[in-house]
Amino acid sequence: MTWFKKEKTPIIQLGDRTVRTEGLWIKCERCKQIIWKKDLESNLNVCPACNFHFKISAKERLEQLFDRGEFREYDKGLHSTDPLHFVDKKPYKGRLKEMHSTTGLWDAIISAEGKISGKPASICAMEVAFISGSMGSVVGEKITRAIERCLKNKFPLIIISCSGGARMQEGTLSLMQMAKITGALARLDEARVPYISVMTDPTTGGVTASFAMLGDLNMAEPGALIGFAGPRVIEQTIRQKLPSGFQRSEFLLEHGMLDAIVHRREMRDYLTKALDFFGY
Amino acid sequence: MRLGPVTDDTGIQREEVNLLEKQIEEISRLIPNAHTAMDLERLRKRLEKLRKEVFSKLTPWQRIQLSRHPQRPYVQDFIDLIFQNYVELHGDRRFKDDPAMIGGMATFHGEPCIVLGTQKGRDTKQKLHRNFGMPQPEGYRKAMRLMKLAEKFSRPVFTFIDTAGAYPGIGAEERGQAEAIAYNLREMARLTVPIIATITGEGGSGGALGIGVGDRVFMLEYAYYSVISPEGCAAILWKDQEKAEEAANALKITSQDLKAIGLVDDVIPEPEGGAHTDHKLAATLVDQRLQRALAELKAIPVQKLLESRYSRFRLMGCIAESNGTFQTGSEA
Ligand SMILES: [Zn+2]
Repeated sequence: MTWFKKEKTPIIQLGDRTVRTEGLWIKCERCKQIIWKKDLESNLNVCPACNFHFKISAKERLEQLFDRGEFREYDKGLHSTDPLHFVDKKPYKGRLKEMHSTTGLWDAIISAEGKISGKPASICAMEVAFISGSMGSVVGEKITRAIERCLKNKFPLIIISCSGGARMQEGTLSLMQMAKITGALARLDEARVPYISVMTDPTTGGVTASFAMLGDLNMAEPGALIGFAGPRVIEQTIRQKLPSGFQRSEFLLEHGMLDAIVHRREMRDYLTKALDFFGY
Repeated sequence: MRLGPVTDDTGIQREEVNLLEKQIEEISRLIPNAHTAMDLERLRKRLEKLRKEVFSKLTPWQRIQLSRHPQRPYVQDFIDLIFQNYVELHGDRRFKDDPAMIGGMATFHGEPCIVLGTQKGRDTKQKLHRNFGMPQPEGYRKAMRLMKLAEKFSRPVFTFIDTAGAYPGIGAEERGQAEAIAYNLREMARLTVPIIATITGEGGSGGALGIGVGDRVFMLEYAYYSVISPEGCAAILWKDQEKAEEAANALKITSQDLKAIGLVDDVIPEPEGGAHTDHKLAATLVDQRLQRALAELKAIPVQKLLESRYSRFRLMGCIAESNGTFQTGSEA
């Protein structure tokens, strides 16, 4: 397999013909194994060799969890108004447009309702491909509305986090989304409506420091980066290398921050058991 | 103090301020007569007017420098100058006492209360002891313990915020910095006593918000409140920490900006030239605002207080929907 190690497109010999196989093979980020894309997909985008959980889109996530992959989407058209008229290297408005055309979404989250093993559930799944899954006004509003719907119809809430934290381009407004969502979670808690937080790679910053850590159950996929401060910021602050495995799911489980680490393959089962316990 | 590079007309005015100060000093050294006295009076008036103009035109970056001024009154100073009978309470009952977060019982114009906040240190030894005002999880847990104490005995809570942020370190992550802040946000949302939060200097992100969920949120004139430090923002979005000044402009983090979009309830004015020039006066101005706020909040029944605390944050956001624009607290 040495010829695969080059970053170039792998070439396969088919009799006397050579075929370029761009896009058909994927290199595992962790074990560097070259995997046939179809094999990876049939394994829920988990490396068959080392169990590395590849990032997946919010849509794929919902399709994996809901019965028959069916769900009803809420608050689909909500989008940011660029309240600060923010411009860094490029204008935020342009960034949003670009993101919309690459992901098909208006912001970094899909809010959906459907069934898991026949039980009703509301799932908010974050989309990491949309400005690093960052949380601005739209993410805050969609999650809060989902919580308020759950309060009303007593559906259990599941939030699947995948985010670099609060969105800088909406400034302090993004920070306030943390208070907005957690305020709604306090009401959900009081009403004894269950909330399950599922953390995936990565879950950091203001997302972790608000709703992601407040589940009745906090669970994570294996190997996910989960923390308050990013590893780079910590390294720069303390001026030393971080130990390996630091801020990964296994580290958090060891330090008592998680109820469980759950393989993507077992996620639906796990959620079903939890919903059973909660009385659904 | 240095207020950053001289690039604008406030810079030119600042040069004139320096010149005037020199002239006043020189004339003062002359043998006094009617003529010099008149000159002095004229120059002093001009100086006062110019100072006012300079400070009214400070850039966001210059304001941030003021919020970090080494002589700025720190939270302990505000506690000492505003509250009476302060008794410090220590520890989170779980791991340790965090000197970056202080608090205790006190009276506020005769009324028993809990007061707490982040504390920076003034000299090197104190700075290290206070961890540069950056709390660890145990700091946030101590703060919540004190707030629950206030709730149990129906006492109002005053929080003071002056922190660059929650500490990003190995131990902080191990002990759940994120969980500690998240828990505070949720519990503050439903604490059954009035909470008044005041950002006195730096309002650094989640570390500030972790004690900042209040019925009223005030900011001192030259304080800032941001989702990320301008330096951090510049490093990530501009890939260049030197662009902090640009980031400070873009983030809209001054007290006036945040009042305009409804994220803070009021801006508390500072003494001419900044809070560091007169701690006592700065504290008096804060005191007056807090008195008014507490009187208002005490008149509100608990259930209604919690409702309006909820909607205070619930309405924050700027969003467009296919069926119209949903804008809160912001210019359309
Ligand atoms: Zn692998």
